[in-house]
Amino acid sequence: MSGLLRTPLYEVHRALGARLVPFAGFEMPVQYRGVLAEHAAVREHAGLFDVSHMGQLHLRGATAIADAERLLSCPVASLQVGRVRYGLLCNERGGVVDDVTLYRIAADHLLICVNASNIEKDYRWVVGHSADATDVRNASDETCLLALQGPASEAILQPLVAAELARVRFFAFTETTLAGARVLVSRTGYTHAGGFEIFGAASEAEKLWRALSQAGAPHGLAPVGLGARDTLRLEAALPLYGHELNDTTTPLEARLDRFVKLEAGGFIGAEALRAQRAAGVPRALVGFIVEGRGIARADYALAHAGAEVGLVTSGAPSPTLGKPIGLGYVPPTFAAIGAKLDVMVRGQAIAARVVETPFVRGPQ
Amino acid sequence: MVRNNNLDQAGDAVAKYEIPDDLYYTREDEWARLERDRVTIGITDYAQEQLGDIVFVELPEIGRTLDRGEPFGVVESVKAVADLFAPVTGVVVEVNTALAETPDGVNEDCYGDGWLLVVKVTETSELEQMLSPPDYAQHVKDRE
Repeated sequence: MSGLLRTPLYEVHRALGARLVPFAGFEMPVQYRGVLAEHAAVREHAGLFDVSHMGQLHLRGATAIADAERLLSCPVASLQVGRVRYGLLCNERGGVVDDVTLYRIAADHLLICVNASNIEKDYRWVVGHSADATDVRNASDETCLLALQGPASEAILQPLVAAELARVRFFAFTETTLAGARVLVSRTGYTHAGGFEIFGAASEAEKLWRALSQAGAPHGLAPVGLGARDTLRLEAALPLYGHELNDTTTPLEARLDRFVKLEAGGFIGAEALRAQRAAGVPRALVGFIVEGRGIARADYALAHAGAEVGLVTSGAPSPTLGKPIGLGYVPPTFAAIGAKLDVMVRGQAIAARVVETPFVRGPQ
Repeated sequence: MVRNNNLDQAGDAVAKYEIPDDLYYTREDEWARLERDRVTIGITDYAQEQLGDIVFVELPEIGRTLDRGEPFGVVESVKAVADLFAPVTGVVVEVNTALAETPDGVNEDCYGDGWLLVVKVTETSELEQMLSPPDYAQHVKDRE
């Protein structure tokens, strides 16, 4: 797999017997023991993910907050130091450049955690829409990111860090040390299983991984690959860039309204989004459960009364529910909870029903 | 020397996958076992390992005629959909109905209880056009 990037934990994954696949330009572990076992470990105990492929952009300086306020769909100035927000970078048409998490490190310092597939695009976008005085730095290569997710996460992590984790609320973070390494620990994740994300120096990734693995072993911690990461986030109905979101879908279509400051906003894309809200969205993201025999997959058609009306963006069997689930776009008339849809699976109409999301609710 | 070296490498690469000596194989990772005029068909150890946890198997109805190379069903894992192609021409005489309830039987015993279907063939010579165990081992190695 030449030409692919590797995270600092590549050798660790190989030693663990992971199956490595190309993802977003990186050679990443898709599974170790198996997707179902890893999924269950996260829901029942805890899982450790290497998500160092994700990118980190730092914005610093007196103009950084004002720049981010204009770049992001979520309010930025009101974000307190030590807190995290989810938001969208939008283009002028209201399409999504990327979906990101935003960390207020200091009054004039923000960390934006971005999708691996968008690092270069986001960096150019942010630099292109920032004041000259704002220092924008792409720290993706020198940063590692581990996710420790699942109900046992706090019991595993607390003995390893000086910080009192009970004081770190959901979507908050603390800077502390772990195994002697400086880390930023946030109570965030992509699973709805509870847990933390841990940013450190790439050079210390292996030390962090080993410390967490060792501490987690008695708690049933398992290494978890991208396969289970995807089924977990799908059960949580969290969007995945490239599937539910892209440059031509808007946050309103993706039903991310609560992360969009439409009223006050002077952010890039706000005008287009206000116009779309006034006119009504042409399509809406729905979650559905497949009731017939078949599994919905990305790009399968969604139909109603024999006519194609939409498209599946993500689909998989839900290990927790024991039924296939999916996300997809349909016109708003078919988006009500309980609406009947058919998923077109190899030419056959398989019955599905629109349900409330998330499919699986977490502890938070 | 070069040839030996290649064979050694093929051996290393495929050592982790079971490739029974008495079966015929396809480039699409199916196996076929001939008993008189009946051919039992399944997917290989390499295929089930690559797919991961198998959660859904779709098989044809008994009585359907399959042409060699024709897609006749699918095996789906949590993450992937794999089409099945008929390795030989014949009429479906048995399908493994147990897999509807326990599709992971394919992961557990792909050459035994995880068989997919049995076809009755008229022309057993078609099997000779399939891959031999060493050729299939090389085919696996080429994709590792």
